[in-house]
Amino acid sequence: MIEIKDVRKTFGILAVLKGINLDVNKGELLCLIGASGSGKSTLLQCINGLEPIQGGEIIVDGISVHDPKTNINMLRRKLGIVFQQYNAFPHLTALENVALAPRVVAKRGRKEALALAQKHLDHVGLGNKADSLPSQMSGGQQQRLAIARALAMEPSYMLFDEVTSALDPELVGEVLETMRLLKSEGMTMVVVTHDINFARESADRVAFLHQGEVCEIGTAEEVIDNPQKEQTQKFLRREKRKPLEVA
Amino acid sequence: MNGYQFYWSIVWDSLPLLLAGAWVTVQITLLAFIIGTLIAMPMAVARQHGEGWAYRFSTCWVELSRNTPAVFQLYVFYFGLGAFHINISSYAAVLISVSFNNAGYMTEIFRGGLSAIPRQQLPAARSLGMTGAQSFIHVIFPQMFKVIFLAYVTQGIWGMLNTSLGMLVGLPELSGATQYAQSNSFRTFEFFLVTALIYYLIAKALQFSAQLAFRLVYRS
Amino acid sequence: MQFQFANQGLAWSDAYFLAQGLLNTVRLAVTATIIGTLAGIVLGWLRTVSVTMRIATSPFIDILRSVPMIIQLILANSFLSILGFGASPFWFGTFALSAWMAAVTAEVVRAGLLSVPVQYRKSARSLGMNGFQELVHISMPLAFRTALTPWIGLVLSLIKDSALAGVVGYVEYMRATQILITRTHETWLLLIGAGLFYFIICYPVSRYSRRLERKIVV
Repeated sequence: MIEIKDVRKTFGILAVLKGINLDVNKGELLCLIGASGSGKSTLLQCINGLEPIQGGEIIVDGISVHDPKTNINMLRRKLGIVFQQYNAFPHLTALENVALAPRVVAKRGRKEALALAQKHLDHVGLGNKADSLPSQMSGGQQQRLAIARALAMEPSYMLFDEVTSALDPELVGEVLETMRLLKSEGMTMVVVTHDINFARESADRVAFLHQGEVCEIGTAEEVIDNPQKEQTQKFLRREKRKPLEVA
Repeated sequence: MNGYQFYWSIVWDSLPLLLAGAWVTVQITLLAFIIGTLIAMPMAVARQHGEGWAYRFSTCWVELSRNTPAVFQLYVFYFGLGAFHINISSYAAVLISVSFNNAGYMTEIFRGGLSAIPRQQLPAARSLGMTGAQSFIHVIFPQMFKVIFLAYVTQGIWGMLNTSLGMLVGLPELSGATQYAQSNSFRTFEFFLVTALIYYLIAKALQFSAQLAFRLVYRS
Repeated sequence: MQFQFANQGLAWSDAYFLAQGLLNTVRLAVTATIIGTLAGIVLGWLRTVSVTMRIATSPFIDILRSVPMIIQLILANSFLSILGFGASPFWFGTFALSAWMAAVTAEVVRAGLLSVPVQYRKSARSLGMNGFQELVHISMPLAFRTALTPWIGLVLSLIKDSALAGVVGYVEYMRATQILITRTHETWLLLIGAGLFYFIICYPVSRYSRRLERKIVV
């Protein structure tokens, strides 16, 4: 379980998170929606400890993320994260990309790490791309590679930071398909997305963030189809006017 | 420390000699910088052009100057010409060899700058009725210098460092003068440490004035 | 030193003398390249670690780049002698050239490390790598790509600068050439030999590195 308690984060004088309270339950898919600058991506990076916080606490399975006594590298094995830019390491093949962290972080043997990597590439449907370099792969394939790379550490939670925003529309489908697969296998997921359709169809709960605060939270039906707050209604009206993404 | 006693006052006494040497260094540095620039500008255009005798000539120059030691180039102009009974002074030999070296390196720097300028600039200038030379002088080169400024100044400072080879052919520039001044006392370390400091100051002064000139010319 | 006559012509034994000079140049250049590069990598990495480190190491780099190699060689020679190291001319040359190589390599390494996009480093950290693991497996290999061409340029400069090691009494190829010129007055033959020696080493390498650079840009 991830517990987010009154988390505050500032960049200089700019307050990005103004006291966020949120729980992520085991096995659920929580979607974070909101306009750009609402703090949802920052929140995700805070959960992984990639961004420091100025107040509050984030607790993952009983361990405080920002406590200096916490071994953050150990904790990060529980928390896979996939970013908007695919970030596949350009000097390594797909297989090596996935095998790297099991080898150097989890100290597995080379053979074992490569076998594990192959398993995870197969899992996301890239089994035949093992020896390709990222530059030889499409954006969708690179993004699935990034998912496989995170999964190879066998995390308990997966964090997705607008993973389809940088993709061409025709490549979005394959990545969402992979995410649905993970959900069907019972992975706990926190997904920051602009894709309202994905949220409505896949999320167990949806949280709408507005100016660094959780404005509204509930099931997809409650938040997306019957929003109570004025800001949520406004945001959704604007999103619906955008051209539909091919999902 | 082996009981070594540093002895600085003897360097102080020779300071006028060293400063006279420094003045020769500055002279050759500036002259070789200007001569190198003037030769490199047409050579860069020829290299950019990519064919003809001018291209081959400047390519030879560039490759020879960049792929042999500067001291070799100096020996060619000093001992090499001497063997044909063309005896030039050590001053001339250092000036020619440093200019030769500068020109070769600057050609490649300029060529890099030229390729960064949009292709339409030349036809645009020519369409106004300018000659080829006018177009380069008024339109292309001013843009080029802005792009390559840092590398260009760095080359100027390398040219300054190369003038120290004068010591090897008996020219009393800063290094040569130091070599001469320390030969009576064998206080090599003290003398050359002061000389190193003077070189450092000259390098910084050149860098600073170049930046000042850049700001004045390009108002940025 | 054997007996020497004025204007003695070139003899076959001189070919052996030149070959020794050639080997000495190679020995000096290779040793200084290895020592200088390793020290430069460490120094360059230190310079990315913190602002304090960067300021603390700046004078070393700045001074070595603004003082002629010939002066650095003479200073290395007299400094090591004052310290009481009865070192050979080889080590005077190696000391000065390595120090210069370390300073200039550090700047290339630093620029390479800074060119690594921050998102790769974040990704690596998100997988649980610590700072050192990230450096070794991600930043260093990526920096290597950007730093390779400029580094090759530095090695070429070092080979050419090694021609100055004669001033501290090390008989490398250029010094050997000059000794023979003084004795035999076969100026052009010997000079062309020296020119060819350096050109044959440097030209192919610089051609290759320019092609490499074009490839990386594309």
